[in-house]
Amino acid sequence: MMTRLPASGSFGLRRRTWRLLARYVGALALTVIFLFPVYWLFMISFKTPEEIFHSPPVWYPAQLQFSNYAVLFKDGDVVTVWNSLFVAGCSTLIAMFLGTLCAYSLARFRTGGEHLAIWIISQRMIPPIAVVFPLFLLYVWLGWVDTYHGLILLYTAFNLPYVIWMMRGYIEDIPIDLEQSALVDGCTRWQVLLKVVFPMVRTGLFATAVFTFVFAWNDFIFALVMTRSNVTTYPVQVTHYFGGQSNFWAKIAAMSVLGTVPIFIAVAALQKYLVRGISLGAVKG
Amino acid sequence: MSATATAPSPSFARRLSEFSDRRFKYLMIAPAIFIILLIGLFPLIYTLAVSVQNITMLEEDTSYHGLIHYGALFKDLRLWQAIGHTLLITAIALPAELLLGLLMALLFLERLPGRQIFVALLVLPTMIAPVVAGATWRLLFDNRYGPINQILGWFAGEPVPIVWTINPDFVYLGILLAEVWQWTPFMFLLLLAALSNVDQSLTEAAEIDGANGLTIFLRIMLPAIWPVMAIALLIRGLDLVRLFDVVWALTGGGPGTMTETISIYTYVQGFRQFETSYTAAIAFLVIVLLSVVVIAALRRMEITR
Repeated sequence: MMTRLPASGSFGLRRRTWRLLARYVGALALTVIFLFPVYWLFMISFKTPEEIFHSPPVWYPAQLQFSNYAVLFKDGDVVTVWNSLFVAGCSTLIAMFLGTLCAYSLARFRTGGEHLAIWIISQRMIPPIAVVFPLFLLYVWLGWVDTYHGLILLYTAFNLPYVIWMMRGYIEDIPIDLEQSALVDGCTRWQVLLKVVFPMVRTGLFATAVFTFVFAWNDFIFALVMTRSNVTTYPVQVTHYFGGQSNFWAKIAAMSVLGTVPIFIAVAALQKYLVRGISLGAVKG
Repeated sequence: MSATATAPSPSFARRLSEFSDRRFKYLMIAPAIFIILLIGLFPLIYTLAVSVQNITMLEEDTSYHGLIHYGALFKDLRLWQAIGHTLLITAIALPAELLLGLLMALLFLERLPGRQIFVALLVLPTMIAPVVAGATWRLLFDNRYGPINQILGWFAGEPVPIVWTINPDFVYLGILLAEVWQWTPFMFLLLLAALSNVDQSLTEAAEIDGANGLTIFLRIMLPAIWPVMAIALLIRGLDLVRLFDVVWALTGGGPGTMTETISIYTYVQGFRQFETSYTAAIAFLVIVLLSVVVIAALRRMEITR
């Protein structure tokens, strides 16, 4: 906006060019700094043990080799990535379905008023550790520790407030007229939901679903408490490789990369909705 | 809101449809609310019940013991230290993330070729699993095979042998670096969006009137982005208070108990020491205290929505 100042003559132009160049260098430097840890993680996953444990450290492997990944597949550790995928996927589907229904009721019927809405989103902000401890005792009693349905239910419950809160916002954004005329035309409430509302909020549904998936995918504390060996998710598996003196660096890096690549895909898919998604809908971006 | 009001229908049919609307709206929220109550209400009641019993690793004593565990909370130095550590990290990380995020947002505010790509790349740290971020920094901080000591060594002109995750003088710096690295992009993204929404005609008018950049920022931009800033601080503040993953991966709360946060201390009490009833007392305290703060803060947020 400052560049829109009436720039006088070649001096103004040159100043503007320099300014742009300086900002460009700054932007590049920041990007390099912020991505360096990610770069380092990826590079370790491709290094040989000799390269990993070389002092001073080498900044890139002599050649890209995948034996660190092959080990994860051979030992079967990669099943933890599948566990993450399955648990996050199932809980996302359930949370999206139940949450959107609830959000519609909140948005269109003002069910429970603002109090209910605020109570719902406040459930999201409670520290997981305080919640997970009593739930662990309950799960022990039910025999649900280290089961798929146990973890799926937990993630569903944890993500529902987010889904409801976000979808309420997206539904409030669409005009109500279409729904009313569909009702006048003789559609039932369920038909209106299915044929009018869902198609109109599909981008919101998509963005919210991806975020919900990412939250479950990235979770550590619930999985740490609630899993033993059957349902171990990939973040828990990463910490299993930290062991006293000898850290299995190659495995830490390779497993982390396997868990991070889907995040990159999510970020790429979410570009337009990132701001709204991470700000709990406060900034419509 | 009810669409039946617009449809010409006999009053009996209308009453019927209003009844079905009411059933419909409660039917839709019922399953979700039920599941949320499971994590919202059940833990509260259950922790309260367990916290007045005396269940430990050794004995399953479920008789009523009154408030002995709550009394013990006040004398538990390690708990207060954990609260102190958490507040210390929050007090430094939160302003640091805000300030850095703001500076970055200002850098990217004007037109810049390839801005979209920069922003997409810069947001990556925020989306990565926090425990993976912690693990990554643990590798970066390694005293012999990590690049951070190597880079510091270039500036120092001699090998730097800092053991980041164990040395008491550096362990907090390490945690803060990892934390600020991961979450500054969060602040950056929100503040960039907020700044982009500031009415350009206002800033341009101020420029023509001869106001300098700092004045424009303080008088026009800052008031305009304040609501977003408040929400960003709220979200991040609550995240920091429950900090677990990064510290767990980086130091595990060590050396000793030097970097234990509230969440880590609660975890250790409950799942390492098996002080079930005592942990329930801590959990209950945390839930009640934070619920009050959260709901008060959210009411403000809802008003600005």
